[in-house]
Amino acid sequence: MVAAAVVSARTYADFTTEATFEIKKCDIHKLDEAPATQVVMTREEGLQYYRTMQTIRRMELKADQLYKQKIIRGFCHLYDGQEACAVGIEAGINLTDHLITAYRAHGYTYTRGGTVKEIMAELTGRRGGIAKGKGGSMHMYTKHFYGGNGIVGAQVPLGAGVALACKYLGNNELCVSLYGDGAANQGQIFETYNMAALWKLPAIFICENNRYGMGTSVERAAASTDYYKRGDFIPGLRVDGMDVLCVREATKFAADHCRSGKGPMLMELQTYRYHGHSMSDPGVSYRTREEIQEVRGKSDPISMLKDRMLSNNMASIEELKEIDVAVRKEIEDAAQFATTDPEPPLEELCNHIFYNNPALEVRGTNPWTKLKSVS
Amino acid sequence: RLKNIVLGWNDLLCSKPMMVRDALNQAMDEELERDERVFLLGEEVAQYDGAYKVSRGLWKKYGDKRIIDTPITEMGFAGIAVGAAMAGLRPICEFMTFNFSMQAIDQIINSAAKTYYMSAGFQAVPIVFRGPNGASAGVAAQHSQCFAAWYAHCPGLKVVSPWNAEDAKGLLKSAIRDDNPVVFLENELMYGVPFEMSEESQSKDFTIPIGKAKVERQGTHVSLVSHSRYVSHCLDAAVVLAKEGIECEVINLRTIRPLDVECIETSVMKTNHLVTVEGGWPQFGVGAEICARIMEGPAFNYLDAPATRVTGVDIPMPYAKILEDNSLPQIKDIIFSVKKTLNV
Repeated sequence: MVAAAVVSARTYADFTTEATFEIKKCDIHKLDEAPATQVVMTREEGLQYYRTMQTIRRMELKADQLYKQKIIRGFCHLYDGQEACAVGIEAGINLTDHLITAYRAHGYTYTRGGTVKEIMAELTGRRGGIAKGKGGSMHMYTKHFYGGNGIVGAQVPLGAGVALACKYLGNNELCVSLYGDGAANQGQIFETYNMAALWKLPAIFICENNRYGMGTSVERAAASTDYYKRGDFIPGLRVDGMDVLCVREATKFAADHCRSGKGPMLMELQTYRYHGHSMSDPGVSYRTREEIQEVRGKSDPISMLKDRMLSNNMASIEELKEIDVAVRKEIEDAAQFATTDPEPPLEELCNHIFYNNPALEVRGTNPWTKLKSVS
Repeated sequence: RLKNIVLGWNDLLCSKPMMVRDALNQAMDEELERDERVFLLGEEVAQYDGAYKVSRGLWKKYGDKRIIDTPITEMGFAGIAVGAAMAGLRPICEFMTFNFSMQAIDQIINSAAKTYYMSAGFQAVPIVFRGPNGASAGVAAQHSQCFAAWYAHCPGLKVVSPWNAEDAKGLLKSAIRDDNPVVFLENELMYGVPFEMSEESQSKDFTIPIGKAKVERQGTHVSLVSHSRYVSHCLDAAVVLAKEGIECEVINLRTIRPLDVECIETSVMKTNHLVTVEGGWPQFGVGAEICARIMEGPAFNYLDAPATRVTGVDIPMPYAKILEDNSLPQIKDIIFSVKKTLNV
């Protein structure tokens, strides 16, 4: 992640370079230890987490705007509220590790190395999109990031497969596989738990529990809502997903466990989405506005980090405001690109069917239309 | 002495007959040896030597890392195989039969087949899904379905259906070397059938290209187009018909998707008659596609009669032998259909 260095009016010598924070203890399952509750965050880290979360937040809000203007079509599942998860996880692993998630994926596409510009242009279906306009919101890929997956739960076995490859190749890398509280009841996830544990795959399974699978609350979908225990024989942690430091510590803890060859771990991140399930869901028929407001008021991940930094003299209000301004500009520029970049050329329609393959002919809508497909 | 010389030549040109299962075994063995990233996973593939003994000896030779026994969880292990392919390995995912692949079909289609396209060429999925397809003997409805049409429907997949041992070896090696998802449809009833293997098929680099059909028998009166086990039936029918002066051209499709339409068209433009033969059900099947493609191409004008499809009966597979026998194309059905098509 490239963290922009923000020059503020005050000199760096005025700020605390690092501070120790007391974070919530994780609930543990089949573990003797828990992640640390006293953690150190440097000023640099704090600024980076702040900027990244703010970028995701503003990017998602811009996507909301563009969707309402009908410039983004189809499915659009927004991540605002959950930023601490993506940012905290990335802080606990390396870019050389691997990650896969479901369709609420814009934040992860960013933390894994995608640019706001190419993410937004993918949402608007333009040739400059990260998938050249062919994937859309749910199908964005980048190095060591396997999407963006539309079929609920399917990404979990895939992620375990990536972990198998890590073990097979002996590269000390691991794979984080994310899924929601809705997906957590999928059979294929339990099949995956079994094989990952059996074969001691370096896999971290992470349930982003945002309390609702579409419009169905966790109590109405799961006989057991202790998602961190559902891996049974797989050790688990339940983590405050609104606190980027909690997420980071838990991820580091899980990563160490995996890399030491002990096999998979499971993490449940308790988080919240401000938007409805997708842009076609106002998000208030199955939950109250008061609930949304309460989370925003008391547990917003960006506010929490901001308060921590300010009260520990790790940054100034002006400095953070400058970051906000820079982020806004980045998003505006990206949106500008995303709305003006041309759509993919029709000549590309049939390309990318096969990799490393001679060109082939593809039938068009009628027998006389023969289209060309290249790798 | 002349006899000895002739026999000596014979030995050079043909090898000992090889069964289809051994040809498959040899293909996998050679590819496992050639490329460290290739590995096999599936139920009973390792310590059991394969439910149908196709992977016999491989676990002993390559060990746990490369020959992996899975629990009975198709959706899970197929997904794991696809993920491993995405991350740089080259898995061979075995389904004990393709009937069980239905449990995993989402991973095959949505995770494997479509990903290269959805990612606009970023993420390839070099995987082979293989196993027995279609009817066996006496295994009844849930274990007898032919999936050729279902998989061949989907862009992003290659679907291969070998007939004899040489096909099995050459096509499986090609499938494993292919950087794309390949559905490799074997046939349990063919596993134990021996075939002569050509000289060139002895080479460790012997491959048969995916997407090219083979004319197994030249003929002038009718084109018999088939895949897998029914190629044998077509050849047998051709022998009987030849005695009555009807010369059948028998085409072994070898690959269902992409279909070698050109080969079929060339044949039909010569014979003017087309009969397709398959074990699968008629509706929306392989034969149906062939007929549609012929209509859309140059060969249509050469047809002297509508094309005929010989298929499995449009019912779930029954158990009792007499019922089962009458649920699938028999040689007499092919002969009957050829004569009807030729109006003789």
